[in-house]
Amino acid sequence: MEKKEKSFDFKSFLKDQGIIIIFIVLVIVLSAISPNFARPKNLVNILKQTAINGILSMGMMFVIISGGFDLSIGSIVGVCGIISAMLGLGQVPLIVPLVVSILFGCLFGFINGVGIAYGNLPPFIMTLGTMTALRGLALVLSGGQPVTGISEAYMKVASGFVFGGVPYLAVYFVIVVLIAAFVLTKTVFGRRVYACGGSMLTARFSGINVKAIQIAVYTICAACAGFAGFLLTSRTSVGAPTAGESYEMDAITSCVIGGVSMAGGTGRWYGVVIGALLISVIANGLDVMGVSSHWQKIIKGIIIVVAVLADVNSKDKKN
Amino acid sequence: MEYILEMKHISKNFPGVKALDDVSLQIVPGEVHALMGENGAGKSTLMKILMGIYTSDSGEILLNGKPYKARNPREAMDNGISMIHQELSPIVDMPVYENIFVGREIRKNGIVDKNAEIEETRRLLEDLGMHVSPNDLLRNLSVAQCQLIEIIKAISINAKVIIMDEPTAAITDKEVDILFSHIKKLAAGGVAIIYISHRMEEIFQISDRITVLRDGTRINTDEAANLNRDKLITMMVGREITDIYPKMEATIGDVVFEAKNISRKGLVKDVSFQLRTGEILGLSGLIGAGRSELLEGIFGVSKLERGEIFIHGKKVNIHSPKDAIKAGLALVTEDRKNSGLNLVGTIASNITMVSIADLSKNSIVNDGKIRKVSDEYIDKMKIKTPSRDQVVGNLSGGNQQKVVIAKWLLSNPEIIFLDEPTRGIDVGAKRDIYLLIGELVKSGKAVIVVSSEIPELMGICDRIMIMAEGNLTGIVERAEFSQEKIMSYASTISV
Repeated sequence: MEKKEKSFDFKSFLKDQGIIIIFIVLVIVLSAISPNFARPKNLVNILKQTAINGILSMGMMFVIISGGFDLSIGSIVGVCGIISAMLGLGQVPLIVPLVVSILFGCLFGFINGVGIAYGNLPPFIMTLGTMTALRGLALVLSGGQPVTGISEAYMKVASGFVFGGVPYLAVYFVIVVLIAAFVLTKTVFGRRVYACGGSMLTARFSGINVKAIQIAVYTICAACAGFAGFLLTSRTSVGAPTAGESYEMDAITSCVIGGVSMAGGTGRWYGVVIGALLISVIANGLDVMGVSSHWQKIIKGIIIVVAVLADVNSKDKKN
Repeated sequence: MEYILEMKHISKNFPGVKALDDVSLQIVPGEVHALMGENGAGKSTLMKILMGIYTSDSGEILLNGKPYKARNPREAMDNGISMIHQELSPIVDMPVYENIFVGREIRKNGIVDKNAEIEETRRLLEDLGMHVSPNDLLRNLSVAQCQLIEIIKAISINAKVIIMDEPTAAITDKEVDILFSHIKKLAAGGVAIIYISHRMEEIFQISDRITVLRDGTRINTDEAANLNRDKLITMMVGREITDIYPKMEATIGDVVFEAKNISRKGLVKDVSFQLRTGEILGLSGLIGAGRSELLEGIFGVSKLERGEIFIHGKKVNIHSPKDAIKAGLALVTEDRKNSGLNLVGTIASNITMVSIADLSKNSIVNDGKIRKVSDEYIDKMKIKTPSRDQVVGNLSGGNQQKVVIAKWLLSNPEIIFLDEPTRGIDVGAKRDIYLLIGELVKSGKAVIVVSSEIPELMGICDRIMIMAEGNLTGIVERAEFSQEKIMSYASTISV
């Protein structure tokens, strides 16, 4: 084998990391178009807006790379948000709603995983089922009304700042990203997730416990949703039964824009982070420019298609 | 001589690989033209350019004297060029008649005329002597049958040039004879066949002329009558190869593996055998005899109805591949693309898939070790690649197979099952694999090789077991190897 020294191939680096380039270019362009965009207050806003979707995207990333799909996280955010609100009225230390929320997330994720791994249900169907059922559960638990009256301390969780500038939400996001990135890239488990997504049959023949991996990734994804639900309640000061509706779409979008293939087996964590940031930057930029939210949806859709087209064509595997 | 097809000075580059370098090919109507060369020589690439799947970087193609360029396979088919791929991709949940007419359905009054399609399909199936109904789902057919249906598809398009890429890789000798009679019929009717295969006997049986490619260039084109096996091999490999089936000396020791009464409902019936260290045990039989099913059952991939496994005399319980690996077994499957490889993964990630836990500490992977070990095996097994980070899907068949074998060798098994390890692989790489098997048993391992090529088994094995319809019908020692004996055991019909 020719031993090439690890020379930096700029051209293929650009191709692979196109999304980073697009992101940087976009930020520059938006700053130039509107001076309001680059103001610290606005950038802080962007970070805050990205945090919850970002956390959800990190969880979704595991599922999609493993070859699966999770439609239920929006509902999980809703249910866990209500449970957190009910436990966050000031009677117990905040650690309780936090942990309970994540544990319920794990439970729902476990159910998804078992249905898919042992019940052989297609992920789309299984998570569609849990998505619907859990939204119903949210309504049942809350009696159809938002749960109000959360404690001062709880409200601070999502609204405080650290070092006089960086919002707590951004810190939580960064922590989740670091953990997710580490697990995905540095652990045996992470490698096996990629293997399952690349070819489940090959992974199985190679001695990987595919069912266990499947259950694990859905549990991780839903745990992130549980955490996100806890944070959302703090951010909005209520536990609303409709909270989190269609959040799964943004999470999937972040992954797709970030280069995670829906077929599984490929994708980088930093792509997903940029994908999540990109969504917020675009929304924020359009806001600052005064574009209506209806148009924003159209533009978002176009961006998804363009991002994937660019990705598929640049891969150049077949031609 | 009027050429029906002329490919002139075709060149094609892929990132890091020069696949074709100024290759020219002339095809005469009504001839069977064999295209030979090692894996990676450029045969498939050249044909894919003809089919519009790839575009050439330079050069031109003339069809019936007129410039030709297909932008996709549909255009190629409309121009009368059709291809049967090496890698089958039938639509498994569609019935046979729909598969044959997919993309060019017979219409009546604007609606698909199902009855016409079914009738035509029935006629074609009968013509080919196939005991398949037009309504059968491809999911329920064997690989061999699926392949013949691909061939029927190409025939029914009334193509003027049919490209067949390894069409006999997974079909029995009887079916090959049927295929060849049809090829001869087609050729007599003026259709040109471009025939890609590694099987020398067949090439000389069926082709009029042979073109050899090597490393992306055309080495020679000549009448088949002017060539022989040795000349071809020398052209393909660039050097002389003396023995096709190298057999190395190895001491055969004690029984290391014993299987008793292995049964799987309808597939494997009460099979028992022993395997010794240093031994290469062949497993022969017709397609559908249950060979792969036997090994998959032992390996824990599929549940056994009954059966016991002993390793070093101790009973082992294998309920999953993980158990099998722990017990020191390895299984290189027949279908590397689906169950041997992660095609979107890198060479490094594929090679380390089984042993990843050994290359890590406290569940944290040691990337340095992974790089080292991957490079080691790439070197050791002569895998042709610019780097360990090459995506496996881009490698040639032979190199892909080497990656699969490397993956299993890394797990340091004592007993290795190889299911059709040289299928679809060129002469040079085949020999590498035979030598590798020889070295494995020399170092004290035990190997079972499943193969449909009896000469191959007779060349490298110490003993050969034969299965028929799920039963173990015979075991032959090396001193008594004979093709007739093995074939007769393979065709034993149970009473």
